[in-house]
Amino acid sequence: MHPVVRLEEIYKTYSNGEVQVHAVRGVSLDIHKGEFVAIMGSSGSGKSTLMNVLGCLDRPTRGRYLLDGVDTSHLERNERADLRNQKLGFVFQGFNLLARTTALENVELPMLYSPKRVPASEMRKRALAALKIVGLEERADHLPNQLSGGQQQRVAIARALVNQPQILLADEPTGNLDSKTSVEVMGVFQRLNDQGITIVMVTHELDIAHYCKRNLIVRDGKVVRDEFVTNRSISEVEMQKVRDAEMAAKLTHSS
Amino acid sequence: MRSILTALGIIIGVGAVIATVSIGNGAKHQVEGQIANLGQNVITVFPGTTTTGGMRGGFGSSSTLTIEDAEAIEREVIGVVAVSAEVRDRQQVLANGLNWNTTVMGESPGYLSVRAWDIDSGAMFTDADVRSTAKVAVIGQTVARELYPDMDPVGQTIRIRNLPFKILGVLKSKGFSFFGSDQDDVVIVPTTSAMRRVARRQFLSSILIQAQAPEAMARIQQDVTDLLQQRRGGREPDFTVRNQLELAEAATATSKTMTALLGSIAGVSLIVGGIGIMNIMLVSVTERTREIGIRLAIGAHDRDVRLQFLIEAMILSMLGGVLGVLFGVGASQIVAAQTGMPVLISTTSITGAVIFSAFVGIVFGFYPAHKAAQLDPIDALRFE
Ligand SMILES: Nc1ncnc2c1ncn2[C@@H]1O[C@H](COP(=O)(O)OP(=O)(O)O)[C@@H](O)[C@H]1O
Ligand SMILES: [Mg+2]
Repeated sequence: MHPVVRLEEIYKTYSNGEVQVHAVRGVSLDIHKGEFVAIMGSSGSGKSTLMNVLGCLDRPTRGRYLLDGVDTSHLERNERADLRNQKLGFVFQGFNLLARTTALENVELPMLYSPKRVPASEMRKRALAALKIVGLEERADHLPNQLSGGQQQRVAIARALVNQPQILLADEPTGNLDSKTSVEVMGVFQRLNDQGITIVMVTHELDIAHYCKRNLIVRDGKVVRDEFVTNRSISEVEMQKVRDAEMAAKLTHSS
Repeated sequence: MRSILTALGIIIGVGAVIATVSIGNGAKHQVEGQIANLGQNVITVFPGTTTTGGMRGGFGSSSTLTIEDAEAIEREVIGVVAVSAEVRDRQQVLANGLNWNTTVMGESPGYLSVRAWDIDSGAMFTDADVRSTAKVAVIGQTVARELYPDMDPVGQTIRIRNLPFKILGVLKSKGFSFFGSDQDDVVIVPTTSAMRRVARRQFLSSILIQAQAPEAMARIQQDVTDLLQQRRGGREPDFTVRNQLELAEAATATSKTMTALLGSIAGVSLIVGGIGIMNIMLVSVTERTREIGIRLAIGAHDRDVRLQFLIEAMILSMLGGVLGVLFGVGASQIVAAQTGMPVLISTTSITGAVIFSAFVGIVFGFYPAHKAAQLDPIDALRFE
């Protein structure tokens, strides 16, 4: 079986006039089906650049990127749009939902741009199913500003899932969330991963990376460490701990 | 609200188009009506000559058209239905203890046929009346109203230059001519009576000739010219033969230039409106850069984004178009009410204006939409 993602000597250089920034410098990497990878590293180390290449939002300056066994390096703009639509699901730090558009309509959006036309009833059915996976089917008619940050991020995850992608990519998905909500969102990811969905996410928080199965450390555009997580955190267990702590706090308060 | 302000250019442009076209059409319709009102297939002979370079001597400067000329035309030119030898004079007339200043016209009995005019009550005078220089008259509605406010004028006597004329009939109303004069303010008497008893002139003001068919007009015009020339021997021509189509052409040409002028003003304001649309769409594209980024990131193609913004621009300008139509219709109604100018609002001009404003939206929305479609998804997503 070929890996879902294969990076071969990927380089990305930004050139703003005279100055050249080498954001990614020779990354080679295989990610197989069912993996749950966290990319870690300090700010400016090239994590987002790498994610954008993985997400076909950006093209590498050099190197080959095979997605699901297909070389993406020579695809043109609209072909890459189709890949993003069909094979990739992207979750952003800032949620990036359309305002003035309900949760359901936000989740339906990728199907609107599917190369094959999806009938409206089918769109609705699949969007509701995706919202159900993230536990928000009752909030389908809510607008983004009527939802909490964690809920908005779950809508964004549902949107990323709705076209059944090969891989779910998330650039600092918990970056704008408090720790409890972060655990919730990681719980969603863990459940999806348990169902066999491949996930790659960026984080700079060690405890968040601990929910994943494999951690990559990036420094100056290179992968400097690649290790499997032993003894990883399980969101249900952590949530229970949080609830217990809250309970204890309440009890001490009231007594 | 901002959309409405933006669409203001379109609103005014379309409004102006609708108003000008409506007023222009109304005027054209009126002119056409008045030209038909002159009578059908009419050729007029004026005394005096004109050259293409302008008037020479001026109309009537050598008044030499005679009643015999008119008779000769009626007798000798083929395809002539009716001829009227006309003499015009302005007189104070008295009747029923009232007096009124009006146009007294000497005409032949064929005059009514030439002018496509009818008698309302009573009868027209006859050839016998012309031959006998009879003191008889038919009067227009305005004269009838002014002199006989509550009496049937037929059979009454009207005094012109202190001579009693018996009223034989009253004409139907004909309204205003396109020169703006009241055509019903008239007393018509036999040509001979007018020449000898009223105007005291030897020569005619004009000869009106009605042709059988429009196709015959050019030939009749030529025949009349030849005949009158022949009757004058070797003398220099002292008359001008004009047909009604030439008058109609002059009138429609004027209204066409008016419409073209107003139309081009309206066109310019539509272009200004289009630039307004372009401006708001550019602002909208900038404001919604992030949204565009999101759409591109989840797989929208260039054309999806372009189409979205084109449709928005089109809807915006069509909205402006519809409001403009309402505004234009309103404006032309006000003009109609204030000035009494006729206004003709046509569905073609309304649908045309709305379609054209949609077209303006597409043309001027194209650049902003293209700009949106060409955005880089990452740059767009990073945009604040
Ligand atoms: N569009 C760009 N143009 C120029 N330099 C860029 C651009 N995007 C990122 N960089 C630079 O590339 C390096 C890596 O950035 P990034 O991948 O965003 O890092 P991280 O996500 O790990 O913080 C940084 O030095 C950043 O300044
Ligand atoms: Mg980053």
